[in-house]
Amino acid sequence: MTRAVARRIASGAVVLWAAATAAYLALLAAPGDIVDSLIGDGADTPQIRAQIITEWNLDRPAVVQYLDYLWRAAQGDLGRSYLLQRPVGEVIGDQLPPTLRLAVAAAVFGVVLALVLAVTTRHRWVRRASSTAELIIVSTPPFLIGIVLLSVFSFRFGLFPVSGDQGWAALVLPAVTLGLPIAGVLAQVLRDGLDRALDEPFAVTARARGLTERAVLMRHALRHSLIPAVTLLGWLTGALLGGAVIIEQVFGRPGLGQVTLQAVGNGDMPVVLAVVVLAAAAFVVVNTVADLAYLLIDPRLRRSTS
Amino acid sequence: MTLALPRPVARRFTLRRPRPGLTAAGLVLLVTLAAAAWPSLFAGDPLAADPLRVLEAPSAAHWFGTDQLGRDVFDRVVHGARHSLSIGVAATVIAVGAGILLGVVAGLVHRVADEALSRGFDALAAFPLVLLALLFIAIAGTGTTSLIVAIGIATTPHHARVVRAQTLVVRQAPYVTHAVAFGASRPRLVLRHVLPNVLGPIPVLAMIGLGEAVLIAAGLSFLGLGPQPPSPEWGAMLSEGRGYLHIAWWASLLPGAAVTATVISLTVIGRHVQHRFEGRPS
Repeated sequence: MTRAVARRIASGAVVLWAAATAAYLALLAAPGDIVDSLIGDGADTPQIRAQIITEWNLDRPAVVQYLDYLWRAAQGDLGRSYLLQRPVGEVIGDQLPPTLRLAVAAAVFGVVLALVLAVTTRHRWVRRASSTAELIIVSTPPFLIGIVLLSVFSFRFGLFPVSGDQGWAALVLPAVTLGLPIAGVLAQVLRDGLDRALDEPFAVTARARGLTERAVLMRHALRHSLIPAVTLLGWLTGALLGGAVIIEQVFGRPGLGQVTLQAVGNGDMPVVLAVVVLAAAAFVVVNTVADLAYLLIDPRLRRSTS
Repeated sequence: MTLALPRPVARRFTLRRPRPGLTAAGLVLLVTLAAAAWPSLFAGDPLAADPLRVLEAPSAAHWFGTDQLGRDVFDRVVHGARHSLSIGVAATVIAVGAGILLGVVAGLVHRVADEALSRGFDALAAFPLVLLALLFIAIAGTGTTSLIVAIGIATTPHHARVVRAQTLVVRQAPYVTHAVAFGASRPRLVLRHVLPNVLGPIPVLAMIGLGEAVLIAAGLSFLGLGPQPPSPEWGAMLSEGRGYLHIAWWASLLPGAAVTATVISLTVIGRHVQHRFEGRPS
């Protein structure tokens, strides 16, 4: 058990190292001088150039530059945005809460909706209708869903604010927009899982013991169908992060997405690199949690690993 | 000797089972392809602005209404098919090409190198596509070419994984062993025996990948990172229309509907072909 956890943490560290290295290589590969890339569209003065050269050790050998970069990243020092004249950690820290609120709300909405859909739409026709709806939702660009919801609920009926991040009402539409495609994918996976579980011998046994179909579904099959869904946790985080960039733009919300977009537009590389490393960190954490969740859901795994 | 076997009556019906979804998807795709191939045949000038007819609702004269500059939205949507599809196709070509190359290499090289490559594919495939593409655009700058390459690179790992898995199967196949026994050289082995047999699932993969590429391309150009105005790209039109949503839903929703219809059609047909390919009923 401890061995499995240790291996998990080690491979997580390797992924983080790879992400930090990839970000560093991207910086080197960018056209022009590394100092030019780091300045972006910011003020280009000799003082700032000198500051960048000392902070990134650009006057030292390449190996030292790289190792020092890794060492700083490991300590959580993500560098400095020369465009905004602020530490990157601070820039991101300021914008993280609204994005986290959006992501958590969307995840809860998506997962609950997927569970409800997968469990309640067992009947043939309802099921087919639900599958079709899921296909449409998954194939629709998320920003279009957002724009449709905006035009109906905000402009037509005036139920929710049009943009910004004031209070819970402003969170509803963005969270629904971000959560719907997630619900679509998860519901399909859960439904497949339920189908497979209900064909297993244990389902027959449970029915033979006189359990109602609903009890078989809720108490036995659902747990089995959760295993493939947990595998998707990593994908889910990616979908939330990537989706947030677009959704925040649609709803004019502040957050990590806006910061990233501005940074990309202005060539503010320190911020872009930090966002990439941060996303990798989120990916590692979520996958570790997913591995632990398997143990929680499936007692068979607990027995074989301990 | 008259042994009458029961005729498989039911089978005949399942073969001819009507597939409204599939038919509709095929039609939508045909229309989109036609629009992409000969836009001028179906629609007028997408850039012709009429300042007297700004943000008019859909009517007989302007089927999809007009936008904030008085341009006909229908004309722009039709011409947009070429922009959006060609970005999607170009990105998919890059992704599939690079995917085949990396996948075959990973499937044929030494175990340790394969392990390293595969881990890389796994990690990249799980990373948010939008962020990968944004990283590339941050380095290479905005523009259509950069957008195409960004999406191509971001979707490569997925293709590479499938090709690698296929390569591992093919290299164990008896005909490869026989070719080795007959003394085939390594390049001949790879080009003549492994590669052609690895390519089997590629069309299906490319079809589904194309839908995804069109979707991401629309998203990124919605963010202003693709073709710049006034070019009639679907995502860019949506982004321009977003500002007028409260008075003119058609200027953003109808281009959005075009993206959605195209992507759904590609997905439906892709899944169908995939099921056929795997020998399962779809």
